[in-house]
Amino acid sequence: MSRSALTGSRIRERRNMVGMRQADLARTVGISASYLNLIEHNRRRIGGKLLMDIASALEIEPAALSEGAEAHLVARLREAAAEGGKRIEIERVDEFAGRFPGWAELVVEKQRRIAALERTVEVLTDRLTHDPFLSAALHDILTAVASIRSTSSILVETPELEPEWRGRFQRNINEDSQRLSEASRSLVGYLDGVDDIDASTTSPQEELEAFLGSYDFHFAELENAAQDTDTQDILAGSELLRSSSARALAEGHLQQYLRDATLVPLSRLRSALAAHGLDPAALAGHLGVDLPLLFRRLASLPKELEYGPIGLVVCDASGTLIFRKQIEGFPLPRFGAACPLWPLFRALNQPMLPMQVDLAQAGRSAGHFRSYSIAQPVGEISFGKSMRFEASMLVIPDDPAVESTHEQVGVSCRICPSATCGARREPSILAEGF
Amino acid sequence: MGKRVLLIEDEPNIIEAISFILSRDGWEVDTHANGIDAVDKVKVRQPDLVILDVMLPGRSGFDILRELRDNPPTANLPVLMLTARGQTKDKETAAALGVSRFMTKPFSNAEVLESVRVLASGVEAQHG
Repeated sequence: MSRSALTGSRIRERRNMVGMRQADLARTVGISASYLNLIEHNRRRIGGKLLMDIASALEIEPAALSEGAEAHLVARLREAAAEGGKRIEIERVDEFAGRFPGWAELVVEKQRRIAALERTVEVLTDRLTHDPFLSAALHDILTAVASIRSTSSILVETPELEPEWRGRFQRNINEDSQRLSEASRSLVGYLDGVDDIDASTTSPQEELEAFLGSYDFHFAELENAAQDTDTQDILAGSELLRSSSARALAEGHLQQYLRDATLVPLSRLRSALAAHGLDPAALAGHLGVDLPLLFRRLASLPKELEYGPIGLVVCDASGTLIFRKQIEGFPLPRFGAACPLWPLFRALNQPMLPMQVDLAQAGRSAGHFRSYSIAQPVGEISFGKSMRFEASMLVIPDDPAVESTHEQVGVSCRICPSATCGARREPSILAEGF
Repeated sequence: MGKRVLLIEDEPNIIEAISFILSRDGWEVDTHANGIDAVDKVKVRQPDLVILDVMLPGRSGFDILRELRDNPPTANLPVLMLTARGQTKDKETAAALGVSRFMTKPFSNAEVLESVRVLASGVEAQHG
């Protein structure tokens, strides 16, 4: 049933909400109660003056009754259904949203909550598995505990222990207990900072990402600036760059931003976008620039241009992610290696070959995306020297309606639910279907 | 008994504790604290059993175990791995490389003694 056909359901819902009897509403708008009953059960179409009179009586905009406020709700319900299983009556989703808007809101809200919690679990698990600080801290603690346990057992279970040995072991326990308390304190301090997962940063790159994220990856100050513009003012104003390493990374990023903006000013980019839309090949040709530069410019578009979320990930020749701009539905691993199926890594094997691949993320965070990738040499090129390559992948949300053409990829093996993937490096922590 | 155990471990207090309990049990204990030349040490000392830490300076215990297994004279040498890394994948890695036994820290002295006795007596099947 279409949304417009559910006007009657919305009238009934609204009438009940305002506490008006069916007969009273019918009388107010000059129709019989039985006719209103047919309307409310969607057995008679309604429009024109009668709709306006009913809306007026119910103190609501006519459009809210005819179109419903649930268009967005229906879209979210469809997303929830896509992840929910096989026995969902997807063809009746409009009816469900129209007749039970409260329940529908609850389903959507719960789905959003589940997705957020799953993301939290993924981040924490990723951290527990790959975070070098946690790994080192736990190793220190377990080693100290092992030593204390073994040494104290000797002291307790060896009554005839010579005084020299006894003194030695007591000193060892003292040393290990001090080490244990220091390691524990350090670990607690670290874990205290994990309350806000998005805000907790542990590496210079994470500090850089938090800094760039605070600007939505767009620096208006640098868009019309001269090449010698001092980027220090921007850096000085940020409290998110705590380490000198992060500041150095940010300085490098801003300098590159400045060079990119000089080569492709925002005004030119807007004109090209108006002519070609989000077509990287056409845009690069129009602007006369290479794809990695164009990707960086697209990923730094201001939100108000309304080209939607644009993600970007860049890796070096080792496959290490050196730049990450994440978008909803396409999470990027904070630690450890990414999914080897990403076209980003395929591009490294075929340098200079542009790749356009439609992707579907596995699991409940499933989203559909169009990706554009290329690997190109970076730095100075000279004879007799080996070239250094980097790969870039632009990620743009795509229409899920053509799902069959999308290649399924994950985030990283550890948190990927795909059971049959031949590229899997290690078992997933996610049970089937999570 | 008089059998020789080579303890490859870099934590001095753990070395002291394990050396003590094994010595009191009649074992001749030799120790080595880094991974770089651990395999050479095994070749020279020719112990009856090796107790091997995983995280060692210079080289991981897994690499050392792999080389021991690839070398015919030490291919069947009993190796007891002691590690703070108790993750499933570490156990699987150790098993795939042919470890004789895998114990996680913190361990009990009794467990270590029992493992050493069983492995050195050949009662427990060797790797694989």
